[in-house]
Amino acid sequence: MSEAVLDIRNLHKSFGEKVVHRGVSFQLQQGEILALLGGSGTGKSVILRSIIGLEHPDEGEIIFAGQDLTRLSERALMKIRQRIAYVFQNGALFDSLTVEENLSYSLREHTKLTEEQIHQKVNAMLELIDMSGSNSLLPAELSGGMQKRAGLARAIILDPEIILFDEPTAGLDPVNTRRLLDNIHKLKARGITGIFVTHDIPSALEIADRIAILYDGRIAVIDSVENIVRSTDPLVQSFVSGSAEHNPDHHLGTPTHA
Amino acid sequence: MPKLAAKSAEAFRQRKGMPSDFMEKVGKQFTTQVRFAGGFGLLCGQIFSELFTPPFYFRLTMQQLFKIGVQSFLLVAVTGLATGSVMALQFGYGLAKFGGTLYVPKIVALSILREMGPVFTSLLVAGRIGSGIASEVSSMKVTQQIDAIRALGTSPIKTIVIPRLLACLIALPILTLFADYIGLFGAMLIARTELNIGTEYFMAKTIETLKMYDLLTGMAKTIVFAFFISVAACWKGLNTEGGTQGVGNSTTWVVVTSSIFIMVSDFFLTKLFIMTVYPK
Repeated sequence: MSEAVLDIRNLHKSFGEKVVHRGVSFQLQQGEILALLGGSGTGKSVILRSIIGLEHPDEGEIIFAGQDLTRLSERALMKIRQRIAYVFQNGALFDSLTVEENLSYSLREHTKLTEEQIHQKVNAMLELIDMSGSNSLLPAELSGGMQKRAGLARAIILDPEIILFDEPTAGLDPVNTRRLLDNIHKLKARGITGIFVTHDIPSALEIADRIAILYDGRIAVIDSVENIVRSTDPLVQSFVSGSAEHNPDHHLGTPTHA
Repeated sequence: MPKLAAKSAEAFRQRKGMPSDFMEKVGKQFTTQVRFAGGFGLLCGQIFSELFTPPFYFRLTMQQLFKIGVQSFLLVAVTGLATGSVMALQFGYGLAKFGGTLYVPKIVALSILREMGPVFTSLLVAGRIGSGIASEVSSMKVTQQIDAIRALGTSPIKTIVIPRLLACLIALPILTLFADYIGLFGAMLIARTELNIGTEYFMAKTIETLKMYDLLTGMAKTIVFAFFISVAACWKGLNTEGGTQGVGNSTTWVVVTSSIFIMVSDFFLTKLFIMTVYPK
């Protein structure tokens, strides 16, 4: 097993009386993509938002680069966010800026590149996501799939160490899903590390190295894709096969690791 | 313990004949105001901690200044002209009964510089700019663009709040200055055409009456109003929940709250200036 770049320990989070996390723990290994599955409203996105500091856990630790992210100030987190990218579900492009201005936002903020270098880097990124020539378009002029891909490009333009994908294929037609997965494959070939939150099981099986299932506020199962597919666990089966029912008596003990 | 408190509160209401939904509404309104006061204070703290540290966003501030200042000019000019004109007309006919028509330049000039210019301009800005800031920021909030600003390693306080605050702080006193001059011009026109007061007499009396502190206290008020309008609009925008309906609610809330603040704080500021600046 390679080195863990992110270590999430005993995360607890509640919104008012609604308890979302009751002790979430897992590790993300260098160079792997971990798919995070779970029912709607189980707090998958909250884990991603906690990692990047958009939510503050009530309890627990998120260890990255030797520091606990839950204890960092907003100013310190701003530095961390240049190393961990968040790909929003709907792209979250700035609607008053063009595609080029959206993609160059981080470059202008965090690098000293010249205008020419920024333009070249934006063009290279647009080529990577099959959107060459759309520099001057506004987000409102893009399709849903293009917005997601532009959001992906904007997030990864600083070559982050970890990429957090928040349901990147949600709401996309099969053609756009394929395009987006191809883009992620290209990134995977470069050796990216990431967490892939999704309900889209075929995409998760295709992209991920390992799969974690969030259930009842904890990571119920975490294992390699092969073991997950072969698993006879009713909970795992319910997610993999898409069956609505799962065994309510499933024991939520220590997660099984690959 | 909470159950006991709820029971005694219910008993108190019944004794006093107060409907429980009324008390509930009052309670909700109170907690909303407390939450706003706390949030407003925290946001002010964040603004001051980030205002003097780089990076600085001059371009964004200039964009906002153009948006707030230049695009509001016509509205302010028309309102200033109308206000000055109608005041000259009302005072002219009102004071004529007592033979005081010649006092119109003095009274109108003082009223415009000390009260009407600052308050009317600020109310217009609260309606036009406060609602604009609230709807823009709350739309960004509900479409996760504010989260995106943070996720990309930048601060929404620096990129969203501070440029709008600075632009309001710069634009509102300047707009008020224009409104004052245009209002005086309107009053002078009406005094000449309707009240038979000559332009030279109007100008001489106005210059004789007005002191620099009349102008400066009026503009000082607008700095307080500008601070409140912009910070309240940004706070409400950044804390908007509930999708498009939330955006609409935030916009309305900002206009109502800012207008009330302007009217109420104007009284206290005037009282303060009477005690400290204006001669007895």
